[in-house]
Amino acid sequence: MSETVATQDEPLSETDTSFLKEYGPIARDGLWSNNAVFAQMLGLCPLLAVSNTVINALGLGLATISVLILSNMSVSLIRNIVRPEIRLPVFVIIIASAVTAIELLIHAWFHELYLILGIFIPLIVTNCAIIARAETFASKNTLGKSFFDGLMMGLGFTMVLLLLGALREILGSGTLLANAHIMFGEGAQWLTIEVFSDYNGFLLAVLPPGAFMGLAVLLAIRNYIDKKHKEKKKQKNLTTQQTAEAKPEPAQ
Amino acid sequence: MNAILLRNMLISAILLAGFGGLGTGLVVATFEATKDQIEASEKANLLKNLNNILPADSYSNNLLDNELIVPDDSLLGNEGVTSVYQAWQGDKPVAVAFSIVAPDGYSGNIRLLIAIKASGKISGVRVISHKETPGLGDKIELAKDDWILGFNDKEQNNPDVKNWKVKKDGGVFDQFTGATITPRAVVRAVHRALDYFAYNQKKLFLDQAKYDQLYDNK
Repeated sequence: MSETVATQDEPLSETDTSFLKEYGPIARDGLWSNNAVFAQMLGLCPLLAVSNTVINALGLGLATISVLILSNMSVSLIRNIVRPEIRLPVFVIIIASAVTAIELLIHAWFHELYLILGIFIPLIVTNCAIIARAETFASKNTLGKSFFDGLMMGLGFTMVLLLLGALREILGSGTLLANAHIMFGEGAQWLTIEVFSDYNGFLLAVLPPGAFMGLAVLLAIRNYIDKKHKEKKKQKNLTTQQTAEAKPEPAQ
Repeated sequence: MNAILLRNMLISAILLAGFGGLGTGLVVATFEATKDQIEASEKANLLKNLNNILPADSYSNNLLDNELIVPDDSLLGNEGVTSVYQAWQGDKPVAVAFSIVAPDGYSGNIRLLIAIKASGKISGVRVISHKETPGLGDKIELAKDDWILGFNDKEQNNPDVKNWKVKKDGGVFDQFTGATITPRAVVRAVHRALDYFAYNQKKLFLDQAKYDQLYDNK
């Protein structure tokens, strides 16, 4: 909702407003109101499995963003050629080849990350969020919009992955950004933060049940924020109504 | 009517085949482009693992060039052949490194990499992969605990064979609180590797042609 408020508050040139009007909702959908995890509850398998450290989460998040962008753009490009009856197999082929290509690239240039993410890169194929975006958005929208939608949906997914990864890593092993070097090279060792020194680790947070509980906590926080936001809006509407009613009085 | 239906089906089929071809083409192109880099990354990773247990300044050859393929042996526990990497200082044999498997871990195989000096002393042991319980059995990883360093400089008969066990079984090696099965499996596998080295010491420093000529009975 914040974008629409912003457009009302700040005077913007014609093109800016139309740009915001077209792309603002896409960003809001992807990042918050229609977030792949928070709202659609899609792609939970890789989310729960790989979110035990921030670096693993970041690796899978980046891979998912690239797959989403690639698949959304390809689907959008061919949306007028593909017939409805064969569209799903075609989408599957596109997504599968994009994932395989990205897996090979990670294997070649981020070998250690590949060893850790292992099976979860090919499993991106089964992330329903990707085919859902291809079907509901990219097959009906222009190339630019589809690219932006892929980026935003991917960022929204990565954001949740990172939050969950940070939560589980801090609770589970008392560090943040451990193994940063496998993502950013040997020079990145300093990025690792020891949140609690001499921490014995909280096993539950690292194991799969910790992932479910962490996700539940994040969902609860998300719902709480949404509720507060709605209440505030209601109140704001009420006060504006009251002031609107109150205004004419002094004139009388 | 039928002709139209047939035409539509044909167009769909051709389209689908076309996209299949395109997708395959993309994968083939990426595979070709990354093939060499993947091989190089894998070699670099293997060499890094080997250098963790075999100090790079203790030998002068290229480990990956002096690879000896040996047939499977129950003492090694590997499925199929095993690669033995020989370390040489000039023409003096320094050590060999090879992978072994501990099949009796708590959950599945534990793959280890071990380096044994020509004198019979262990140069180092590292875990390559395992599925042990995080927080309990995974202390066999050097990243979690330095337990695995306890094997350094041990020999087949030092400690005595009857003490080549975890403390709970009357040996000298620590077990972990709440996890005895994992360290027990690793200790046994390492000792089997020392046995293998003792029985095959002469063969392991031969080059492949000579080894095949002398011992290949296939």
